[in-house]
This record gives sequence, C-alpha cells and structure tokens, in this order.
Amino acid sequence: MLALQVESLKKIYSNGVEALKGINLSVNQGDFIGLLGPNGAGKSTIISIINSLTRKTSGSVFINGYNLETQSSLAKSQIGVVPQEFNFGIFEKVKQIVMNQAGYYGISRTESKKRAEKYLKLLELWHKRDQPARDLSGGMKRRLMIARALMHEPRILILDEPTAGVDVEIRRSMWELLRELNHAGKTIILTTHYLEEAEDLCNRIAIIHHGNIIQDTTKKQLLSLLNVETFIFDLNEPLQKTLPTCNDFLIKIIDPVTLEVECQKGKNLNAIFDFLNAHNIIVNSMRNRVNRLEELFLRLTQ
Amino acid sequence: MTPKQVLIAYQTIIIKELVRCFRIWPQTLVPPAITMALYFLIFGKLVGSQISAVQGFTYMQYIVPGLIMMSVITNSYMNSSSSFFSMKFQRNIEEILISPTPNFIILLGFVTGAVARGLIVGLIVLFIALLFTHIVIHHIFLMFCTAFITAFFFSTAGLVNAIFARNFDDVSWIPSFVLTPLTYLGGVFFSINMLSGVWQKIAMINPILYIVDLFRYSMLGIQDANILIAFILLLLMTIVLFIFALYLIQKSSRLRN
Repeated sequence: MLALQVESLKKIYSNGVEALKGINLSVNQGDFIGLLGPNGAGKSTIISIINSLTRKTSGSVFINGYNLETQSSLAKSQIGVVPQEFNFGIFEKVKQIVMNQAGYYGISRTESKKRAEKYLKLLELWHKRDQPARDLSGGMKRRLMIARALMHEPRILILDEPTAGVDVEIRRSMWELLRELNHAGKTIILTTHYLEEAEDLCNRIAIIHHGNIIQDTTKKQLLSLLNVETFIFDLNEPLQKTLPTCNDFLIKIIDPVTLEVECQKGKNLNAIFDFLNAHNIIVNSMRNRVNRLEELFLRLTQ
Repeated sequence: MTPKQVLIAYQTIIIKELVRCFRIWPQTLVPPAITMALYFLIFGKLVGSQISAVQGFTYMQYIVPGLIMMSVITNSYMNSSSSFFSMKFQRNIEEILISPTPNFIILLGFVTGAVARGLIVGLIVLFIALLFTHIVIHHIFLMFCTAFITAFFFSTAGLVNAIFARNFDDVSWIPSFVLTPLTYLGGVFFSINMLSGVWQKIAMINPILYIVDLFRYSMLGIQDANILIAFILLLLMTIVLFIFALYLIQKSSRLRN
C-alpha cells in the first residue's frame, strides 16, 4: 500500500491562478521524499490540499489507502504536519499546545501526558514545558511544531520548510532527528529551499515547476542526470589577461584569482591542468562545487 | 473517530477555551463585574430611587434581569468572536482544521466555551445584584433555559462574525454598532409600556427586547410580550444560526482556500 497517492490533482484558485495542473505523485511507505520547486511552483498547494486546508479543484488524494474526501477522518489521522509558519497560540504553554493537539486526535489526557513528556524530551523542550510558546527561541519554536506533529504518532510526517531561519547547528540536529524518524519507519515528505538539505536527507526527489511535476525519481537516478561536474580553482596570483576559449571545458572567471571550470563527467582532468599550465596559470587549490542537486535543479527549472 | 475520541476532542476545545478565559480573567471576568456594579449603583440606586415602581417592582429589581441578559449576550458573543478570530489570525485554527475532529464538534466546542463564559459572567452579575437588592426568582428552570439558549445563540453569532472577519475591526464592528444599541434599546432599562405609540412599535422590531422580556418573566414573573412565541422564536433562530455556522465551517473560503 502506498503512503500517499495523488492522482490528477488540479487546483485553480478563485483568482484564476492554476496552481496545480493535474499532478500525479506516489509515495511509498518509508520514503523520505523531497518536494522541490521554485517559489510559486505549487509545493505548498499540494501540502495544503493533503492537509485539508485547501480544497482541490479536481483529482484525488489517498493517504495510506484512505480517500481524503470520503474517509477524511481516517486519512487525516495518518498525517502529522509541520507547517512553514509558526501556527500555535503564542500565549499557550508548551505542554498545553502539544496536549491539545493530541486531544484533537481523540487521545486521552492520561496518554497525551505521557506522549508530551516523550516528545518534548526528544525535541529537547521538556525543560520549557511550562513556558508560554512566545518565550521560545526561533529554533525551539520549530522543534515545538515537530513535537506537536508527532503527538498522535502519525505514519506520515509532512514538513513544509522545517528549517527555514534556523541556525546551522539546530538544522543539523533536526536533520538527525528526521533521519531517525525515517529509520524508525515514518514516511517523510519534505519541502525545502535548502537543496543541500534535500540532497542530504531524501531518498526520492520530486521537482515541481509551474504546477507540474517535471521530475520524480530516486535521488541517485536524478543526480545521475547531471552529466557535468564543476570545479573551483583558487589561483596563486591574479590573472593578467583574458583566457582563450577551451574546447573541452567551459571556464568562467569568477574573480581574478578564482576560476570555475565545468567539464563532462568522466573526462580526464589532466587536460585542464595542461591547459592552465600552457597559460602559466598556477593553481593553489581545487575543490568540487558543492550541492550537485542545486545545479541540477537550476538546469531543470530554468 | 470513535464516539469516545470525538468526546475527547470536544472536551479539549472546551478546556482550551476555559483556560483562555480564566488566563485573561482581568479582561474577561472583571470588566463586566465592574460595569454592572456601576449600572446598579448609578441607574439602580441613585437614579432608580427617583423612579416609581415598575409593574410592582422597584426600578433596581426591574433592571436586574436586563443587565444580566446584557452581560450574557455581550460576553458570549465576544468570547467566541475574539477567540476564534485570534486563532484564525495566528493561524492556530489550522491545528484543529487539519485534525480529524468533525466540523460539528469544532463548532460545538467553541460555542460551549463561549456559553460557559456568558453564564459565568451572568452569575457574577446576579451575585452583584444581590448586594444591591433582594430578588425572588419566579421560574428558575425557565431562567436557566433562557440564559443558556441566549448564550448559545450569541456565541454562534460571534463565531459567524469571526469566520467572516478579515481584521480586528470586523470583529468589533458588530458588537459596537449593532449589538450594544439593540441591547440598550431592548428593554433593559425600561418597559415598552413606558414608550409612546410609534416608539413602542419600533421597539417591538428589536429581537433583543423579546429575549430580555422572556428572561425578566422567568425572574420576576412580569412580561411585555408573548412569552411562548418569544421562547419558540429564540429556539428556532438558534437552530437556524447553528446550521448556518456549521455550513460556514465546512465551506467558507475564509477558513479553507
């Protein structure tokens, strides 16, 4: 059984904007899928329809086999949602927020107390349990939203830009947590602008552009589409003259002491050095340009 | 959801609403108590002492039911409209909307919370009234039913207002420009028999007059209008408004795109 099945999903807003143009998407149990796309591509609309906060124009959504339209109660109980923006009562206490969330899913007070302790400890918020949410730092607020989404122990976790505005240290610890949850069997659907995040965490990537899914495959297969590699060269001294064109490589001058060289995957790199030597250019260091996914993303969406 | 789970969800919304009401008690419970104490002191004690008996009761006794009803109406309305709108504004209404809690329970939960506040404030005002005057309640069951249905009606109305509202001005507009004038002109401080012909006819259009009259009858046993018709109309209006509010929670684009 698929964790999520979206069939011919269309959304046309009242202002005429066609946000989704008949999207099909299947997510397997245990997948960690990244939904990527430029702003306005339709990522948040898909998430919002799955959450029941936006009504679809046509198409169907099945969550763990339950039809979101006809079996909405069962379908809704399968998912936990971490939205993009903070959406809890800022004057409510941390423990109250997570316990109320459990209550909305019909979990008894006794059980929700146990779960509140479990998940607030997991998210390192237990010591803040009696504080109003407004007193938490940005990172803590993000963690609170994850704890809240876990309270009814959903099988699918949907995270909409969960690490936006979070510092590197907290982001890394959140990644670790998401990995653990995924290893424990939860299906995770992640939208993010940090392509490094998707490359690091997801085993599947779907790229949405102008309301259509233009790529939906495993990360490995997707990255194999990228048949060029880019290297950065730091030069010993500034370039004195413009470089002649090289037929085998595309060389861009980033600044007088930095070159960006793009070459076909599997090509012998010695030729680059031969070319640079021939022009008396001494290279101090060389590195691979990070984030292959970002490169691929830009190629696909431009 | 099983019936037990639905009940837990319902309790959760009510507890959340009551916690909110008691957390901000200086805004929710104290102001109506002070305002009503001032009404009793100024209109009841000082001005009222100059006014002759109304239908066999002192003026102070006569205004007690109206002032209780005024408190119930404004507080139940304000509770659901402000609570629901601030949840909509902060977007934490999404917590409930994405959950499997049925729409009927969401509505009922908010309305019950607001009814509770309306009745608590009504009770506070009744105790304050007892500090100023002596009252023998004519029909306690009818009194409770009237207060409950009125609070239910205005809680639902407040929630409808909150669903439609786009900003805080939209939430305060109806209480300031509709509810308050109608309540003041709804026979809280006077009997319609005190009005001249034309004004009496105009006053009869005001629905709050019948609610106040019904409540006054249940407390003091005196009436200006037909009590049975007033009770049935109030009940019917409450049912119709509740169905409308339920429709809005299910369909309104102000909650879901």
